[in-house]
Amino acid sequence: MLNKDQIAQRIAREVQNGQYINLGIGIPTLVANYIPDDLEVVLQSENGLLGIGPFPTEDKVDPDLINAGKQTITMTKGSALFNSAESFAMIRGGHVQLTILGAMEVSENGDIANWKIPGKMVKGMGGAMDLVASAENIIVAMQHCSKSGESKLLKECSLPITGIRCVKKIVTDLAVLDVLPEGGFKLLERAPGVSVEEIQEKTEGKLVVEGEIPEMRFE
Amino acid sequence: MINKTIANAAEAVEDVFSNAVLMFGGFGLSGIPENSIQALLDKDINGLTCISNNAGVDDFGIGLMLQKRMVKKMISSYVGENAEFERQLLSGELEVELIPQGTLAERVRAGGAGIPAFFTPAGVGTEVANGKELREFDGKLYLLERWLKADFAFVKAWKGDTAGNLIFKGTARNFNPMMAAAGKITIAEVEELVPAGELNPNEIHTPGIYVQRIFQGKDYEKRIEQRTVAKG
Repeated sequence: MLNKDQIAQRIAREVQNGQYINLGIGIPTLVANYIPDDLEVVLQSENGLLGIGPFPTEDKVDPDLINAGKQTITMTKGSALFNSAESFAMIRGGHVQLTILGAMEVSENGDIANWKIPGKMVKGMGGAMDLVASAENIIVAMQHCSKSGESKLLKECSLPITGIRCVKKIVTDLAVLDVLPEGGFKLLERAPGVSVEEIQEKTEGKLVVEGEIPEMRFE
Repeated sequence: MINKTIANAAEAVEDVFSNAVLMFGGFGLSGIPENSIQALLDKDINGLTCISNNAGVDDFGIGLMLQKRMVKKMISSYVGENAEFERQLLSGELEVELIPQGTLAERVRAGGAGIPAFFTPAGVGTEVANGKELREFDGKLYLLERWLKADFAFVKAWKGDTAGNLIFKGTARNFNPMMAAAGKITIAEVEELVPAGELNPNEIHTPGIYVQRIFQGKDYEKRIEQRTVAKG
């Protein structure tokens, strides 16, 4: 099984040179720690920044400089600041090439639910609905099962939907999977020590397994 | 040049009335009009509709207006940092319209720009689309969203001049420029107020035409929600 950092580490391998990327709150934020130094990418923060840098040292903390998770940050060289309408114009306009976000549930046709648990949680969707409705390439970081062991990779989402037919790839603590255009989770890689049978058992939606499924390697 | 300067926050909010529609700039607690919120708290008004990306935290920002039961309805995109908000919402005391953040930003922008409605892909297939017109363009579905306007818009800038021109700092810009344009009466509070002519016109983010009142703010707390620092 992968821990949160390993999920982030595995997702970082999907990042390509020259991409503008939006990272969601939680595990997706950790992906920034694993993007290889030789790749030049720009991280977008939907409140209004291109060029998120590392967390500041204590003396550089600035309340006027935060990311979408409200964390204090720094800016990289070549950053640009703008208002939130412009920020979402670049998101909806397809200029942000990769979106990485968390999910509570994903369905086999690529629907995602991550903003509301009726009667329990009413925090709001923030920018998630705009991002999933617009991004060409969406990768989801999530746990394969809930704490009570129920699969979160489903035939249909049971929670209120954030966006339809939008997720392209999923990295969980157990596996890497593509969402097929015709529906179904195609198993690409297994986490170290996890069998295809276990993944099958913990995936409620349609799982497509073709040939040998390699095990992920971490240095 | 028209002089928009007023003395202080109390004068800025003098004519704000019960049941008014108010906009507040800011993302989280960054770039919120702290002085104006404090002055509103000192007024005996209620039934307000507040349009703001977030609802502050329990003991700061708009959260304080919720504690005082001044707010009838919140229009926001994310309200996760406020327990009193959640309590009032679940008990039915507070009406809430949650809308996608980009849709909120664009609805406010549209309000200031005279565009009554627009189509966006955000929310298609979700409960946000309930009751809204759907239309297909080039093979993809979009939903119709309407503009937002306010009786009063409260914004916070880094620097401003007596003509109402504003410059923002860092990510404290966020919703402030669109809200400045969408208010019938827009009140700007600034960290540094200078005479007209001292700001470089090339660097103005919000032109003074959108601002009816401007005042020199004071005692900014600029509270940080998630203080994250690099190790070592």
